[in-house]
Amino acid sequence: MEPFIHLAGVRKVFRKGATEFLAISEATFDVMPGDLVALVGPSGCGKTTLLKILAGLYDYDGGTVRIGTGTHPFDPSRDIGMVFQQPLLLRWRRIVDNVLLPTELLGLPAKASRERALALLAMVGLAGFEDKYPYELSGGMQQRAAIARALVHDPKLVLMDEPFGALDALTREKMNLELLRIWKESGKTIVFVTHGISEAVFLGTRVVVLTAGPARMADNFEVQLPHPRTLDMKTNERFGEYTRRIYHLLGME
Amino acid sequence: MTAKTQTMDLLPRYALAVLSHLALVLAWYLFVRFGDVPKFVMPSPVDTVKVLFSGTYEWWPNVLVTGTEIIGGYAIALVVGVLLALVFTWSKWLEAAFMPLLVSLNMIPKVALGPLIIVWFKYGVFPNTLMAFSIAVFPILLTTARGLREVEPDLLDLVKTLRGSRWQIFIKIQLPGALPYIFSGMKVAAILAVAGAIVGEFLGSDKGLGYMMLQVQVTLDTDAMFMAVILITLIGVLLYGAVLVLERLLVVKDARID
Repeated sequence: MEPFIHLAGVRKVFRKGATEFLAISEATFDVMPGDLVALVGPSGCGKTTLLKILAGLYDYDGGTVRIGTGTHPFDPSRDIGMVFQQPLLLRWRRIVDNVLLPTELLGLPAKASRERALALLAMVGLAGFEDKYPYELSGGMQQRAAIARALVHDPKLVLMDEPFGALDALTREKMNLELLRIWKESGKTIVFVTHGISEAVFLGTRVVVLTAGPARMADNFEVQLPHPRTLDMKTNERFGEYTRRIYHLLGME
Repeated sequence: MTAKTQTMDLLPRYALAVLSHLALVLAWYLFVRFGDVPKFVMPSPVDTVKVLFSGTYEWWPNVLVTGTEIIGGYAIALVVGVLLALVFTWSKWLEAAFMPLLVSLNMIPKVALGPLIIVWFKYGVFPNTLMAFSIAVFPILLTTARGLREVEPDLLDLVKTLRGSRWQIFIKIQLPGALPYIFSGMKVAAILAVAGAIVGEFLGSDKGLGYMMLQVQVTLDTDAMFMAVILITLIGVLLYGAVLVLERLLVVKDARID
């Protein structure tokens, strides 16, 4: 099968005046359709930059980025859903109207979109909260709404930038399980940026490891743990091997 | 929002607010009644209210004049302040050129402009409206400009990936996001507009409550002076209250800036 995302030798340099800063050197990896790829690395390793290149928000200075195949076409103007570390809900809009924002921007039919938004809110576990305002919801619930917003226009690719980084540890574990369920149900291709090593292994069908200073790609491997994943897998031996492998690459042993 | 306002029911809160106002009036009454205060220094609340109905003065036309100056100046300040802020967020160049100029102009004590405004526009409602406007416009302009700039960069990225237009960003994100800021400026401006109109009337006018105060000062009719102050205050309270009601209708609870 042809990869949905194909990155080969991608380079990104930031320039400010005469100074140059190499944000990414030689990023090469493939993402198959329906994969959940975790990009893991320390702060400043260029993982957010890479995500923004995939989103079409940044140019790149070398290499190839190709998204979409003949069987899985990709329209960059409407096939991207984004989730950030902060929920970034509009505080003057009710939850369902927040979820509808992308459909308004794209000019999708209002009635069908609303039905879809309500169905998605039910899927992310927010049934009954449609008419609440964001401040009436906990941080975890707000992030669930943000995930529904990223799915509402039925994008082919969902980009997540440390979406659970601001949540407490317990909520985070719960959201990990929820995300895996949502991913299975929606069948989306997801690229998930995190600095949590065990989170990356737990979520990813594939893990791409990036190291900082100079930013470069250190590893790229498939995670051979069965689905559905369960929390007790975190204690099994293979899970430990994967996390040790990443710790080693990041020089933390 | 503090924990205190959260746990307190609305009814006792309003009751306490009303009580504190009544207590002030009562204290005023008792002070005059038992404090041996000469009437021309401080009249009792009863005498003050009496002067409103004594027929000695034409209160209503003067209230109307001062009210027109305050509300008129305030309304113009709101329209001009918000529009200027809009223009500045749309054009970096215009902002770079004119924002510093406006800040400098704002440093001019508006009271000092009073005599000039009279020279230019003569006595009357219009120059006093202009005073109210000139003093009320800056807080609205500054808070609106600030509010329009407050947009999360990540949220802009989200809109960009979906090819959202500048107009969509403005109408769906910037403007509603700026509303709490606009209202905080409007509240400050409401107080300033009242002061501006009254100062205008002090400096030169032939009608209005401020003009009346100067007239009765000569005859030491302190009752009337007190009543004039109360009426001016009431106009201000009405304006401020209207702004609060509008804010309650337009701005979600969590976003209000107190």
